[in-house]
Amino acid sequence: MLPTDLKAEQFAGYPPKARKLAVAHLGTLQQLPLSFLPSFLREIIDYDFKFPAERTAIDQELLTLSSLTHAQLKNWFQGFSQLSLSSKFEKLDWINQPAQFVEQLSAYLWTTHQLDAFREAAVTYGNRLQKGEPEQIAVHRLGIAIIGQGVVSYDEPLFLNLRKHGTYFRQIKPENGVELLLAAVEARAKAHPVPYGHWYVDGGHAAGHSSLLSCLSFQQMEPVRAALLRDIQTETAKPGMGPEELHTHMARLSPADLGIDKTGDEVLERFQVKLLTEGSGTQIFSTTFVQWATREVLRRAQAVTLFVRFAPRQRQRPMNELLSGTGSNLEFDPVGSLIDANMAAYYQWINQQRLPQSEQSSFLVWFEGHNQALVVSPSLPRGTESNSTLDLGQLLSLATG
Amino acid sequence: MARHLGLTRREFLRTTAGLALGSTLTSASPFVYGEAAAKKRKIIVITFGGGARDQETFAPDGQQNIPHMLQELAPQSSFFTQVMNQGILGHYVATASLATGVYETLNNFSAVPPEHPTVFEYFRKDLDRPPSSTWVVAPSNGFNRIGESDYRSYGPGLGAKVILPKHLLSAATAGAAADYNHLLHDNYETPLYAPQIGGGEVELQQMENILKLSVDDFMAHARTVSSPDELSIYVAKRLMQQESPNLLWITMHDIDIAHSGAYSLYVDAIRRTDRLCAELWKVVQAEPEYAGNTTMFILPDFGRDADEDAGGNGFQHHRTGDPASRTTWMMALGAGVRPGMVYDRPLQSIDLVPTLGALMGFSPKLSQGAPIHELL
Repeated sequence: MLPTDLKAEQFAGYPPKARKLAVAHLGTLQQLPLSFLPSFLREIIDYDFKFPAERTAIDQELLTLSSLTHAQLKNWFQGFSQLSLSSKFEKLDWINQPAQFVEQLSAYLWTTHQLDAFREAAVTYGNRLQKGEPEQIAVHRLGIAIIGQGVVSYDEPLFLNLRKHGTYFRQIKPENGVELLLAAVEARAKAHPVPYGHWYVDGGHAAGHSSLLSCLSFQQMEPVRAALLRDIQTETAKPGMGPEELHTHMARLSPADLGIDKTGDEVLERFQVKLLTEGSGTQIFSTTFVQWATREVLRRAQAVTLFVRFAPRQRQRPMNELLSGTGSNLEFDPVGSLIDANMAAYYQWINQQRLPQSEQSSFLVWFEGHNQALVVSPSLPRGTESNSTLDLGQLLSLATG
Repeated sequence: MARHLGLTRREFLRTTAGLALGSTLTSASPFVYGEAAAKKRKIIVITFGGGARDQETFAPDGQQNIPHMLQELAPQSSFFTQVMNQGILGHYVATASLATGVYETLNNFSAVPPEHPTVFEYFRKDLDRPPSSTWVVAPSNGFNRIGESDYRSYGPGLGAKVILPKHLLSAATAGAAADYNHLLHDNYETPLYAPQIGGGEVELQQMENILKLSVDDFMAHARTVSSPDELSIYVAKRLMQQESPNLLWITMHDIDIAHSGAYSLYVDAIRRTDRLCAELWKVVQAEPEYAGNTTMFILPDFGRDADEDAGGNGFQHHRTGDPASRTTWMMALGAGVRPGMVYDRPLQSIDLVPTLGALMGFSPKLSQGAPIHELL
């Protein structure tokens, strides 16, 4: 089946809001090429469980596409239309299983050496979409990363990737640093309430915090991780199971499958599942969990405040052992975790910069318990160092100045 | 972007290792081998795997991770700054492409043979060489079919023998490998899928008859190494001593721990691989069968995603197909290689097989690459 044959009743299996949206824009969807449409449907089908920012983006994209004439649509999707697809793709159930379609399409594009062309088409399309007026946000975006928990001393230079973008502070007063920063974040959340706008991600146990913050912690998700690892063990032992089959199986897991209690917040519950089923290494290393969670919180929820605290991850062990969750006397690797987190903080800043109004955003990274910190902010010079003696509260005020 | 990556490597090598820019020099081939010498000729290919980026290797920021290659090997080598991989960026399929000289399209996660003849088949068939003349030391389950294709007129019986050190270890420990689990890492590319490592009678025979090792000796050595790649190098050394293959292919894999998302483990693995490459080169110098007549090639199978590419997650994967993940480098050193040279022109990773063919005197008819004239 091709997109031109789409009918409203074919969306009967979609959740209510997603169905309504697809049917309302049926005429537009019918004009999109098969090499593109399932990717879009993969987003639409989850509309009911998406963050507000994601819903706004989908609404806006549909609005933009609906405003184009047939000729303009043809022009916009020329790159996608020029891709050569096997007829087998027309036979797949890309309406109800768009994610599986996209997985197979991806493998096909690699195999037929069309990935670069797809990539170019996607980048061109994305650039066109972003040409509209950027949405105004409630408050300038702020990212905070606290790295190096448990490291007594470390002599190698930190924040090297970020130094050219901000000011490096070498005489920060570390006392009560976590508390000062968290209090400031809570105050922002109170002053600028935005649903799923203010986040706290912790690689260990989350500290006590305001309910205004959406919170994820590696420890809090321990039972879910354990349930997932058990499920993986069971699936892997089945005959005919391979990595691709396992991936497809994991993509279908729901919060209930992993024993997540209903909290009344299905959006967050599903987000938690996806962090563990789509992220690689998030199930076993706390540093990877935090890095991936920050990426997804920024990409999907478009957080205006993201407070992140890394904790030591477990030491490397054989993959089979890590996955089985066996092995007593869990050992930690604080220095390795600091190196992981140092890179992850850089990625947090990069991901923050991909969001609208990035030129007004601020970012602070601090080596927990120590004197070193770095701030990237429009109010501070780049590529410089400072010997100012400040506590973390004062430093944050300077960053958001 | 790819050219920029290449230029960055070149400038770095010129300033730190004092290498010359190859494109400005022309001279006759340094190969002066007669037919007898060609028969003694040895080639070792090491894939610096799985997947390392510039910024952690030959770019200025990465220099601290590769002291051995930079200070010991680069001055002796011809270095190619832009090696492009235009194929599928999965480790098995990319390594198979390197070995066939064709961008293979096989399923990266299936134990299937390459579709086109491998360099081992060309070598053995054209030059009428015995099975012991070509060996592959490979890291994980998926690579056990890489020695020979199923291409008609080549294929079964004409390829390389493949040795999987993890299978040896598994066989030696008869499955009770508690003390050796750290050497049995497998399949980082899909870290959640960790199948059991096989290993049985065949592996035990390999150990006894080919490596000339008792189970006890092998286990005793395994106790002293810290990673699967270290075990691979140990096995490669034994192969060199016992079998003296003319064409030895070693696929490293520790670096692919990057898929777990732990940057420190990824960098540790690069440092280890750097050390192991230099260690193997020292073995070449010390082994009478290899000293003076061996050419060694070191190249990553591909890179990893750039930090800035929104489609990826930086060093963790190689999924975007961006220039950073497709562009890498190659080092050639030893017999017949002009030392201290840096070449900028773009190469394809599939150029390796025709180059090996030209060096060793076989004809890789189905390869789609072109010989690297700077090495001929």
